[in-house]
Amino acid sequence: MFGSADIGYAGSARLRPIELAPWVVAACVYFFTPNYLPLGAYIVIVILFALSLDLILGYGGIVTLGHAAYFGFGAYAAGVFAIRVTGDPLLGLAVAAVSAGLLGLATGAVILRTHGLALLMLTLAINSIVFEVANKWTDVTGGADGLHSVPIQPILGMFRFDMFGRTAFLYCLIVLAAGWWLVRTIVHSPFGVALAGTRENDVRMHAIGAPVYRRRLYAYTISATLAGIAGGLLTQTTQFVGLSVLGFERSGELLVMLVLGGVCRIYGAFVGPVVFIAAQDYLAKQSPEYWTMGIGILLIFIVMFARGGLLGLLDRLRGTK
Amino acid sequence: MSAILETRALCKSFGALTVADNIGFRLEAGARHALIGPNGAGKTTFINMLTGRLAPTSGQVVLGGEDITRLAQSARVKRGLGRTFQINTLFRSLSVLDNVALGIAERRGVAGRMWRPASGYRAVRDEAMAFLESLGIAADADARVLDLPYGKQRLVEIAIALGLKPRVLLLDEPAAGVPKVESELILEVLGRLPADIAILIIEHDMELVFRFAKRITVLVQGQVLVEGTPDEIGADRRVHEVYLGEGHAHA
Repeated sequence: MFGSADIGYAGSARLRPIELAPWVVAACVYFFTPNYLPLGAYIVIVILFALSLDLILGYGGIVTLGHAAYFGFGAYAAGVFAIRVTGDPLLGLAVAAVSAGLLGLATGAVILRTHGLALLMLTLAINSIVFEVANKWTDVTGGADGLHSVPIQPILGMFRFDMFGRTAFLYCLIVLAAGWWLVRTIVHSPFGVALAGTRENDVRMHAIGAPVYRRRLYAYTISATLAGIAGGLLTQTTQFVGLSVLGFERSGELLVMLVLGGVCRIYGAFVGPVVFIAAQDYLAKQSPEYWTMGIGILLIFIVMFARGGLLGLLDRLRGTK
Repeated sequence: MSAILETRALCKSFGALTVADNIGFRLEAGARHALIGPNGAGKTTFINMLTGRLAPTSGQVVLGGEDITRLAQSARVKRGLGRTFQINTLFRSLSVLDNVALGIAERRGVAGRMWRPASGYRAVRDEAMAFLESLGIAADADARVLDLPYGKQRLVEIAIALGLKPRVLLLDEPAAGVPKVESELILEVLGRLPADIAILIIEHDMELVFRFAKRITVLVQGQVLVEGTPDEIGADRRVHEVYLGEGHAHA
């Protein structure tokens, strides 16, 4: 399920040509299917969100069902900041990042003292608490109505968000590229190997003198920050933020998407959301009532026959594993 | 001689059950010392108190003259206390090289670095390779631990601990679960360990103990029964009674 040969002390962090594939696909979407740009921007956002989860789940072995807490917190932070202070997108994104990061640090400091099922339950609890706060604190969050018409200024005062979603798509893509570079750098670093060590065996990590708790907390905070940035992007590109950004379904779906694509491989976070959202789109058209069953069957198939997700399956078909 | 590791009146009880009773123990610098005793004698509890996985109820653990009783595990490791585990405690889906490199990186203080690829830390990798070579498993450096035969996994267990460059090395049943042929290999590896490391070994395999150890401590029901050279222990009547073969005790 885990592990790719290129990370670690004998690995190579050099960029392989295949790693450029997502960006080539994105360029094709931009130039050849302009009608899909709004959906494309949404997918790019979800990819960034899934990538943030891969860092802690795939590499850190921290299983969470509450990651939407940070995504939603970032989304609301960006929305409230834009309405009350300024609609500058980069400042707004920074606010989303810092708020979600701080929430990640504070909550992580508590929940990472636990393991396994207790940890899983606490992530659920935190998701629910943040949801209820957003639901009840209507003066700030708009409650069940959410925040509408969130203002957004041109990026750097130059690039206006157009009605075709071109700017939004490229903006999200550039932010994703930065997030991807960050996660990729981290997982190849000594810190990344040590993080994998805590996933593999935290008893041994203690026995070799590693500050296990601190390492996990750093990773969790970085992950929450990235999730918050993804949430901020959603607010900015849709100019709306509602309670669905904090929904438990969002946390659950995220996990499904990542497992579908393949955990602990960075690019599973790219493949999963694309396949999931495309399947959702297609199945919902075929059967508006029962489309979730299709997703369920797909997931069962993956878990039973393709451990390591779609990318794991691909690896095995190519005979590399 | 000076003791590198010492316990003073170390006690541990779980409720009414006393598993360590006033243990006073000295490990000399560069020692080859074995701790033996029947099942349930409290050997593993004792090791866990030395390493800091368990806090003693009372008493002291002293490493190199410093009281480390209240120190966390990681702080003890930094002061030169390394250990291996009775049951393989490895990073199973990582490579053999990374298993050893992780500890070396911690010791060198580079394990928390985020901005350069691990493969750029040549010194860590080279040192890890050197340890693998010294244990004869360099050819398996790139293999994942879970793909290795059990005997070799036991050697990785030792390699990780050596990578910490400990002053004191605690070996918790290094040959546990290993077939006879391979346990010979492990004994040979143990024989080649650097002489300046003080080694405390816990082992059930009496042949291995008597061939390896220069001193033996016998633990029974949480208490030190007797301590001496292998010859003295082999000749001690009480040891025979409780441990070396109850059948011959009254012969």
